[in-house]
Amino acid sequence: MNAIAEPYNFAYLDEQTKRMIRRALLKAVAIPGYQVPFGGREMPLPYGWGTGGMQLTAAILGRDDVLKVIDQGADDTTNAVSIRRFFSRTAGVRTTVDTTEATVIQTRHRIPEKALNNDQIMVFQVPIPEPLRFIEPSETETKTMHALNDYGVMHVKLYEDIARYGHIATAYAYPVLVAGRYVMDPSPIPKFDNPKLNRSAALMLFGAGREKRLYAIPPYTDVASLDFEDHPFEVQKWEHSCAICGSTESFLDEIITDDKGSRQFVCSDTDYCAQRVAQAEVTQ
Amino acid sequence: MSALQQAINSQADRPMADELAGEPLFQVSDIGLLFGPDKGCQAVSFDMYPGEVLGIVGESGSGKSTLLNVLSGRSQPDAGTIHYRHSDGAVTDLYASSEAQRRTLLRTEWGFVEQNPRDGLRMTVSAGANIGERLMAQGVRNYGVLRGESMRWLRQVEIDESRIDDLPRTFSGGMQQRLQIARNLVSHPRLVFMDEPTGGLDVSVQARLLDMLRALVRDLGLAVIIVTHDLAVARLLADRLMVMRRSRVVESGLTDQILDDPQHPYTQLLVSSVLQP
Amino acid sequence: MYVAVKGGETAIENAHRLLDQKRRGATDVPPLSLAQIAQQMPLAVARVMSEGSLYDRELAALAIKQSAGDLLEAIFLLRAYRTTLSRYCVSRPLHTTSMQVERRISATYKDLPGGQLLGPTFDYTHRLLDFTLQAEGEPSPASQQGDVRQAQAAVDERAATQQPALPDALHPDADAQADTAAGETGQGFPRVLGLLAQEGLMREETDSAQPVPDITREPLDFPSNRMQRLQALARGDEGFLLALGYSTQRGYGRNHPFAGEIRIGFTEVWLEPEELDFAVPAGDIEITECEMVNQFVGSKDQPAQFTRGYGLAFGYNERKVMGMALVDRALRAAEYDEEITSPAQQEEFVLMHCDNVEAAGFVSHLKLPHYVDFQAELELIRKMRKRDAQAGSDQEQRQETEAGQVPPQKEKRA
Repeated sequence: MNAIAEPYNFAYLDEQTKRMIRRALLKAVAIPGYQVPFGGREMPLPYGWGTGGMQLTAAILGRDDVLKVIDQGADDTTNAVSIRRFFSRTAGVRTTVDTTEATVIQTRHRIPEKALNNDQIMVFQVPIPEPLRFIEPSETETKTMHALNDYGVMHVKLYEDIARYGHIATAYAYPVLVAGRYVMDPSPIPKFDNPKLNRSAALMLFGAGREKRLYAIPPYTDVASLDFEDHPFEVQKWEHSCAICGSTESFLDEIITDDKGSRQFVCSDTDYCAQRVAQAEVTQ
Repeated sequence: MSALQQAINSQADRPMADELAGEPLFQVSDIGLLFGPDKGCQAVSFDMYPGEVLGIVGESGSGKSTLLNVLSGRSQPDAGTIHYRHSDGAVTDLYASSEAQRRTLLRTEWGFVEQNPRDGLRMTVSAGANIGERLMAQGVRNYGVLRGESMRWLRQVEIDESRIDDLPRTFSGGMQQRLQIARNLVSHPRLVFMDEPTGGLDVSVQARLLDMLRALVRDLGLAVIIVTHDLAVARLLADRLMVMRRSRVVESGLTDQILDDPQHPYTQLLVSSVLQP
Repeated sequence: MYVAVKGGETAIENAHRLLDQKRRGATDVPPLSLAQIAQQMPLAVARVMSEGSLYDRELAALAIKQSAGDLLEAIFLLRAYRTTLSRYCVSRPLHTTSMQVERRISATYKDLPGGQLLGPTFDYTHRLLDFTLQAEGEPSPASQQGDVRQAQAAVDERAATQQPALPDALHPDADAQADTAAGETGQGFPRVLGLLAQEGLMREETDSAQPVPDITREPLDFPSNRMQRLQALARGDEGFLLALGYSTQRGYGRNHPFAGEIRIGFTEVWLEPEELDFAVPAGDIEITECEMVNQFVGSKDQPAQFTRGYGLAFGYNERKVMGMALVDRALRAAEYDEEITSPAQQEEFVLMHCDNVEAAGFVSHLKLPHYVDFQAELELIRKMRKRDAQAGSDQEQRQETEAGQVPPQKEKRA
């Protein structure tokens, strides 16, 4: 991006817009899992590239906040770099790669491995906020289904998966029931991360810029992944451990290392991995 | 085991019995919805008891479809009231309830069989999923139980169980209709609305479907309100008939009486114009 | 040992530098000036202003230069800039009847008050590449000069007889007065659809007196109202609307359109700030407006009347407003009790997909890393294949050991 010559308001958005977003966020926190429409603005990044998450971050960021931005679990992926630079330029806040130091963590597609605390806020980038979208394309109809708690069709999809494949075939953006009432799309995090949502100490905020919806899970809320009693929810498992730090507990990325298809697996959460390596070096 | 699953198991083998069999299930008072002079329905009143089958007959344009939509909670009338007695004995005014409550009713204690099965089925999911949906909507969370119920209902509507994972578009029209019926009956409704359920089907297919419907209605003790222009269907299924012409009921009574000894000139015309084989 | 890849930040910086080079091209060629773009590519500027929802020729030219000619990228730049601007007030509705007309045509009448004024148009050009432009000379002397002078004379003549600009204070009645005045004296350019309305043949548009929503402040909701729809269509992608409009002509929701009127020219913008209780002119803007005359509606009780579709855009932007008018009318199907059978008539489909900034963003977001979700899918598919292979070999084993017995039925897949 070219250098921005003119001065912008703190974190780019004007105060009125931030206030509007915060009001919507309060509503969202009051009704866990419910999609609140908001007057999303055009941002300097394209729709689909994190504008929803960015608007939420801009609305809640204060001068003393410490911001971490990750994409696919890594701080160094190009779009995470781009977003982090955006806030560092427009808000001047301290940025970090250390999960424990951050007060606000904006993320795309992962939740950090390290458990979060009650002083932290996660902001998720959401492409399609509507969990029923691919079963029911009409917005008018899905709104009614949420209002009437009419979620039969959600389990229909899971039933079909089991009938066709023998088990539930959703690997990410796995739908959850929040506080026993609203069915929610947790954004395209792998289902591996779903359990981290349940009764988390942190506040979870979700922003969809293009679709102009936001939603939230307050701390210590029950979040249950949808399943059947006889086909219970399961997380992914690998046969390998991380080639760098040796972890057997984290989500692993597959790296192809030569053109014969040799592969290695490394932690997706780069900070978690680096911390483990640092720890190991200390104890040696 | 959840309360619902217990209910399914206990009702599986015996027909529905309404403890309050002496009380009307459904009371319609002076119902009307008009789109223009004599277009729609007006001044319709009747009571229905559990296990009764009421036929509404008339030519197209007589208002019978409008009436069905009003009776089933889908169209707000501009006159009159409808009262329904729930399975727990409570009586509610249908249009004084919220849309949410009406929708819930249509998914649980009521059923609606559409004329075109494609309107009443989810075409993109399997037969088994179609049948299981109402149960899933009511909180059944056991795949094995759902599959078992789906199989059972496929048997009941005479569809080969091996078709449970097939998509409805691979079914013939008659089979789709039977699937739609199964989808409705799985929640053990007490009142089922049917809109020309055999319309558009071959005569032989119709006959099979009607026989099946008659047996099911009898075995399950269903109350049914069926709209049809086909007097043969009416005679086979309905205990009572209402004949409609230009938005009004011109004659009503026991089916055999009306069809064998029509009083109103219009009914006489209808009956006499039925083609004899 | 495997070492993690790092260096995203440096990669981005280098990418920006390469982009600057690509945008500049060969350095022995003079750089484009904003004035050149604004003056010599007015139609590109018009599109960027319309879909960027911001009337500012210089900024549009800057956006076009910065985006190396990618108009969707330029539109995005303008939109992002617009987000940062404060709102002072809302203008009064544009009075396009008193437009300083540069071009005005109607397909519904051979001749009409004001006449058919062709103005500058590509319509009757022969699409032959003009190599004199390549030689970077002025247009060839022979054919052009005489026609230009004639055309200019015609424009001047019209301008002389045209209704003068509106008087100082703009009162609600003045609009109606101005319209009738123009119609009565036969001067100026009375609205074609107004003429039809005079005869009672055209469904009148009624002012709903509702507050005008702003879809850039509050999200679109369904079912939408016409105000929201028109805003969305005005900002909508020209190509998308063109295709949808085209589809209606080919039978996907046909509504028998006639180009009732297309007019292009400068119109005054009037503001009524809180401090004053009268309106003041803020300047004028060039706009393009189209009113289509569409399929008539009526019944035994209601006499038949034509219906209409409306299109409006900044600058010289004819194709856009025509497409927009066709789609506007198609989306009014419910109003006229028409069956909704085609994509152009489905408001959710049209309005959710007509914004090219949203569309481009989401399509291009597929370039972003998705390897975590892909990893999740890989794990699932490998597990399923393993299970099926296992089931297959179990089956074979069973068959071998139970020789002679009929093997169990395997569940069929669709």
